[in-house]
Amino acid sequence: MSKVFMFDALRAATDEEMERDLTVCVIGEDVGHYGGSYKVTKDLHSKYGDLRVLDTPIAENSFTGMAIGGAITGLRPIVEGMNMSFLLLAFNQISNNAGMLRYTSGGNFTLPLVIRGPGGVGRQLGAEHSQRLEAYFQAIPGLKIVACSTPYNAKGLLKSAIRDNNPVVFFEHVLLYNLQEEIPQEEYLIPLDKAEIVRKGEDITILTYSRMRHHVIQALPVLLNDGYNPEVLDLISLKPLDIESISISVKKTHRVLIVEECMKTAGIGAELIAQINEHLFDELDAPVVRLSSQDIPTPYNGSLEQATVIQPHQIIDAVKNLINSSNIVTT
Amino acid sequence: MLSAFARHAATGARQAAATPRAMSVAGTPGLMSVTGMRFKSRMAAAEEAKPDTPLRPLEETETYDLPAFKTHRMDLGGLPTSTTASGAQLQEYFESMYRMRRMETKADELYMTGHVRGFCHLYNGQEAVAVGVEAAVSYEDYLITAYRNHCQQLARGDTVEAVLSELTGRVTGCSGGKGGSMHLYKPENRYFGGNGIVGAQGPLGTGLAFAAKYQGTKNVAISMFGDGAANQGQIFEALNMAQLWRLPIMFMCENNRYGMGTSTARAAASGDFYTRGDYAAGLYIDGMNVLAVREGIAYAAERCRSGEGPVYVEVDTYRYKGHSISDQGTGYRTTDEVQSMKASRDPIDQVKTMLVDGGWATLQSLKGVERSLRKEVDAAVKFATEAPQPPPEHLWKDVLSPSASGESVVRGTLVTKGGKVGTPL
Repeated sequence: MSKVFMFDALRAATDEEMERDLTVCVIGEDVGHYGGSYKVTKDLHSKYGDLRVLDTPIAENSFTGMAIGGAITGLRPIVEGMNMSFLLLAFNQISNNAGMLRYTSGGNFTLPLVIRGPGGVGRQLGAEHSQRLEAYFQAIPGLKIVACSTPYNAKGLLKSAIRDNNPVVFFEHVLLYNLQEEIPQEEYLIPLDKAEIVRKGEDITILTYSRMRHHVIQALPVLLNDGYNPEVLDLISLKPLDIESISISVKKTHRVLIVEECMKTAGIGAELIAQINEHLFDELDAPVVRLSSQDIPTPYNGSLEQATVIQPHQIIDAVKNLINSSNIVTT
Repeated sequence: MLSAFARHAATGARQAAATPRAMSVAGTPGLMSVTGMRFKSRMAAAEEAKPDTPLRPLEETETYDLPAFKTHRMDLGGLPTSTTASGAQLQEYFESMYRMRRMETKADELYMTGHVRGFCHLYNGQEAVAVGVEAAVSYEDYLITAYRNHCQQLARGDTVEAVLSELTGRVTGCSGGKGGSMHLYKPENRYFGGNGIVGAQGPLGTGLAFAAKYQGTKNVAISMFGDGAANQGQIFEALNMAQLWRLPIMFMCENNRYGMGTSTARAAASGDFYTRGDYAAGLYIDGMNVLAVREGIAYAAERCRSGEGPVYVEVDTYRYKGHSISDQGTGYRTTDEVQSMKASRDPIDQVKTMLVDGGWATLQSLKGVERSLRKEVDAAVKFATEAPQPPPEHLWKDVLSPSASGESVVRGTLVTKGGKVGTPL
């Protein structure tokens, strides 16, 4: 075991896969000589050269398209969005080419592609650099979407994503790169489509992902102290949702709280509640509650920014309300 | 795997034949700009002159003057002013182009009779581009284009049956009925479609060239787009990367003068598309002359293979039909313009003239070839209207590729006849 930062875990995953398979390459802005704006690709270019760790001009639409073109010939590109927000410029390539080429060709193409980068609300980065795109992409057919949240799952998931033969949108979070954790030195892979059980419990299922996992964890000591026993699932896989693991949990707890960083409107929670309604309606003792970010552009001011996303005290209140009363308070 | 054309081009084109006759067809004043009537009456006169002359052996060649190229940041003197072609090559070009013309005409009919729906963009008039490209490169080289792509599917080795039954949405279509007119692909011959969003194939094509360079091969990529797409930002982004990294790619603009209903004069600040690569080399080719396309593309491909970087190729061409079936093609241009292009620059007529004047064929013999090609296409039409539909479960097939953990599950429901929602998959 060794203690690593999240960005190091991601770098190790990339390095190991590039060494193992010559078709794996990295494409993005400042990934090479600069070392990556979050150090995920630090020093890889001196090991693998300028072609396998390719510094691109600022042209997200076309370098994402270029990566897709490479993928359909058999390369395995990893596209880095310096911030995932910038990849909105490549939405057409991601949706209409990456998502669709296998289907429209009647299965003639395999599209092994990873699109990774940081998103989420940071520390006063301003609205355009604080976006959460996971819900925007969730509807697109032909994509897989995962969100890592710890150094351990980041490494195992990225390796799996690189080896998967489908386009995988891989969400990291700006504030989680400096998380540290002990991870195994031996190679390990984590399946892309399985939720992670963070804590087993009995009286409520908390579904969360990415940075909000850590806000849920921060809420746990108070909840445990006050006699509550939540089960916490980190979704990991945002597309497809691991409804199987969710079902096992809900059949035990009968109450669900969703804690997400995306906006409430048309967010991940919206899809979760719809699926829970379809599969697990009879198991519920209360409506599913979702705690989501405000439906606003993220303000620059620090306190306002804090109020934009869900904080641990709100999680504590929501758990208590859901378990105690029949009057469900939602934010 | 070499295409049939490439084999011919490699062996026949640039060597003098045993008995060369430097007959300059293109150089004869007025011949290449005859009106339709003059062409027909001249052909009839040729028929009368030699009623029973045996046909010339197909391996014999002629030398033809080429219409002028134009270059940008490239030495014009490097391009050929004439080229040699054998009867066999010309016959092959004729058959391919005629087959394409018939297929597109039949696709039009199939649309009018309701067998083809949605969008259908026809290539009538542009055949020399598709055929000339394949005469210049091989199936080791990559090709990608936009939605006016039926003929590229043929040129890259697929059958009329596979194309037409894709248009009719049958399971025998080259994309299993799942793609339709704009999504035809032949990956084993390095043809990547077939793309519906204007200009988005530019970056994809750049990726094909990137793969060639990444893998250290001498293959080139040809990324085709129209005069309308030439104004897309992503084409300029792609050019920048291609020039920066010296990617072996031809960005090939098929300038048929109209982006749907808008002429180039009304859409492009500069109509000299071959110069719009700016810092990148450019080449202008008369796209109605299959030999000019062949020689121009071969030249540009060699330059790309040498590692000098991209070439922005403009082929001057013309579409007789509208942008797509829903467009009459007359609202924004005169019928005179269309008719005079057909009469004076039709790519198939040009090759027919060469074949007849060269003594390899007569009007009669060519009629025989046309008849058999029509029969071939008619049989494919019958096939396409009778082939089976894809089964319902193909709805969810090939959304994702199989992964290490097995076949990926795609959620879906199939409403049964009773109106009940089926089990979510």
